[in-house]
Amino acid sequence: MTDLAQLLVAGISTGCVYALVALGFVLIYKATETVNFAQGDLMMLGAFFALTSSTVFGWPYWATIVFAAAVMAVVGMTVERIVIRPVLGHPAFTVVMITIGVGYVMRGIVTMVPGWGTETYQIPTPFAEAVWTAGGVVLPVQQLAVIAMTAALCAVLYVFFRFTRIGIAMQATSQNQLAAYYMGIPVRRVNMMIWGLSAAVAAFAGILLAPVTFVHSNMGFIGLKAFPAAVVGGFGSVPGAIVGGLIIGVVEALAGYYLPEGFKDVAAYVVVLLVLMLRPSGLFGETMRKKV
Amino acid sequence: MRFIFKTSYAQDLRLFQHGGQVFWYGLLLAALFSAPAWAGEYLMTQLVFVAIYSLVGFGLMMLTGFTGQVSLGHAAFLAVGAYTEAILAARGVPIFVSIPAAAALAAAVGVVVGLPALRLKGIYLAIATLAFNVIVEEIAARWESVTNGNAGMPVAPVTLFGHELEPDRGFYYLCLLLAVAACLACINLLRSPTGRAFVAIRDSEVSASCMGVNLAMYKTISFAFSAALTGVAGALYAHKVGFISPEQFSLLVSIELITIVILGGVGFLHGAVLGAAFVIVLPQAIAVAKDFLPPTMAPSGLQAVVFGIVLILVIIFEPMGLYGRWLKIRTWFELFPFYRRGMFRRQRTYTKTERLR
Amino acid sequence: MSFFRVENLGIRFGGVVAVDGVSFEVKKGEVFTIIGPNGAGKTTIFNLVCLIYPPDTGRVVFEGREITGLAPHRVAELGIARTFQNIELFEHATVLQNLLIGRHRHRRTRFWQDLLFTPAVREAELAQREAVERVIDFLELAKYRDSLVAGLPYGVRKVVELGRALATEPRLLLLDEPSSGLNPEETDDMAFWIEDIKKQLGITVLMVEHDMNLVSRVSDRVLALNEGRPIAEGTPAEVQSHPAVVEAYLGAA
Repeated sequence: MTDLAQLLVAGISTGCVYALVALGFVLIYKATETVNFAQGDLMMLGAFFALTSSTVFGWPYWATIVFAAAVMAVVGMTVERIVIRPVLGHPAFTVVMITIGVGYVMRGIVTMVPGWGTETYQIPTPFAEAVWTAGGVVLPVQQLAVIAMTAALCAVLYVFFRFTRIGIAMQATSQNQLAAYYMGIPVRRVNMMIWGLSAAVAAFAGILLAPVTFVHSNMGFIGLKAFPAAVVGGFGSVPGAIVGGLIIGVVEALAGYYLPEGFKDVAAYVVVLLVLMLRPSGLFGETMRKKV
Repeated sequence: MRFIFKTSYAQDLRLFQHGGQVFWYGLLLAALFSAPAWAGEYLMTQLVFVAIYSLVGFGLMMLTGFTGQVSLGHAAFLAVGAYTEAILAARGVPIFVSIPAAAALAAAVGVVVGLPALRLKGIYLAIATLAFNVIVEEIAARWESVTNGNAGMPVAPVTLFGHELEPDRGFYYLCLLLAVAACLACINLLRSPTGRAFVAIRDSEVSASCMGVNLAMYKTISFAFSAALTGVAGALYAHKVGFISPEQFSLLVSIELITIVILGGVGFLHGAVLGAAFVIVLPQAIAVAKDFLPPTMAPSGLQAVVFGIVLILVIIFEPMGLYGRWLKIRTWFELFPFYRRGMFRRQRTYTKTERLR
Repeated sequence: MSFFRVENLGIRFGGVVAVDGVSFEVKKGEVFTIIGPNGAGKTTIFNLVCLIYPPDTGRVVFEGREITGLAPHRVAELGIARTFQNIELFEHATVLQNLLIGRHRHRRTRFWQDLLFTPAVREAELAQREAVERVIDFLELAKYRDSLVAGLPYGVRKVVELGRALATEPRLLLLDEPSSGLNPEETDDMAFWIEDIKKQLGITVLMVEHDMNLVSRVSDRVLALNEGRPIAEGTPAEVQSHPAVVEAYLGAA
């Protein structure tokens, strides 16, 4: 029983990271119908910025989060402006290939920057090593902090989308670009901001993930686990991304404990195949039919 | 500019539309078949890889370029072909049995993967194939009694009637013949009802089914055919490399394979070959260029950056890929001096959405 | 035995009842038109007949055989062809290739033969080509034969779509708003062609149409729908003067 509780917390905390990366996918997908294969690499880049600000500048943990998120927001907007905007309207898969190219470039650049390279690093956190014991269940504070911080970010995003002008404009753009355009929403600028927001969320995820996988140039491949999360939730549904991430995280943790070795790594993909077989557009995905 | 005067319907069904094509393709084939006589060992190795990647390119082009089904899992079919060949070759099965077996097994797996594809569209299909790739890689790593797991397994050189094929001569001809045969098969499909059904599915599923095209059947055929070609490529790849292990068939390889099609030009068979040649040549070119750069740059990083930038630039400036660029150059010469910049401009479809397909 | 019969057809999307209890019968060799204001469920009926959507209630019977429950491509194989309101052509193929896809239900060769392009395939292809050329002559499409569909004007694409449906050699042709988006001359041409399709080719036509001129010119019988329910049926003149139809179009007096 205590095992199960500990597993669940560990799974949920990993799931939170998946959920945040998946959230980034979904935000961009809803706005520009592009599946951003560079989302994991944005996360990796964000973690590296956090690393620099914490080890080189010596900033406190909270400041590094803000710094990395801000820098990544700029990076995200730049990527949108330079490579995504010119190809909007091309077949969806072409745009996907562009984001794959962006991912390659980011991974390559990171290995060439002095002080980053191909080494593995660690970002110091205020909760390292601490544990919290309740009724025989030993929970690392680290994992609880990840869950709490994800919940806080979700709350902030909820308020942002629900009550701010720009958040509502983003929602409108995601629903129907043309209609939003007619309503006077600067669709292109909003798209750019969505990329920025998505990259900032990725940076946040990268910092949360750093204590688990450490910071290195290939940590972005975890983005490939967030795909199943986004798909399980139904690409295009924000709450779905969160739920999908949590499902994948928990299933993975349980598979790692109860099933033979090897199942942990493929658990996410088996889940996504099963979900797709039963519901071809995910759990929360809307099924739309083409009008003829 | 060449105008072809048509006098019979049969003329449209010919392999070559005019004498110029016969001449140039004949010249290309002659050059390729005489390659062992004039090319060095290094170039021969590259040619073999181009032939192998072209096979994958043809397979993916039929599936993605002509049927419109995206696959991010073709490395898995490559793995099926490679492991089948390695295991059969180790048991002494001759290649004219083992390569068809590799193709058949890959095709069978392709049918299994194609089954979810009947219901999935666009990105969901891409993710499903991606998931399938990861699972196959994991199976290859864990099924140690058959695949020897992560330690990998050596592959014997190709033997035919008891003679070992020379890597530069006999094996090269084998690869070249199979690539040419695959190319002809693709052309044949494209000029017959099957190929038309593929294109119909790509352009509009609803109206394809209203024209009597059995979507499920043709999508499955397309997956199986594509997987079979990739399986053959995998078998040749196993022999060429001489040693296979699961990480050679990872997701990154699948992505590299799909770039063959994208870089070459989606929807053109020529593109498959051009893209394959490009994907093979680029790392070599970077390796050469590296000697002129400061030594602090990690070579793997540089390669990733250049590859990424090339991919981005090609898609932004040449959406029809390398073959599209070639078409423009050719038209420029044919029409000289009347070529206009806008001749190949495509209409952009802002409203087209994948969500409603 | 009736040629084509729809019985008590109905479907709802979420809470919206799009089509409810529609029954009608089309006789062999006639032009039967469904009219109605926007949103009356006309196109939905077509989609139900072609089984793009499975109906919630009712059944569709073609030549004594129930077709509800079949896959869409089976419907086409039985000899029902259709056009689409907003044109669903294969954009990146030539006009000729589009029409050849219409011949798909007459294909005789198998995958293996196609792969090797055997003489049988060559022969079959030539036969298909000849059949398609007859359609090209009929609709005067010769000069567009080798053009890509994506670059053609709307009016021509509409004709190409009609051609593609005719290339299937259907026994029942469903036309979804053949005149929408056409100018008066093109609409006029369309009317001639529909008459020729009926008289020369002997194909039964089931049509959805807005343009009352075209409707009264070519239709033998008309069914008026409103809000998914039939309100009147008869000759064009009868239906046009039917009080329920007038009310549906103009509102209650």
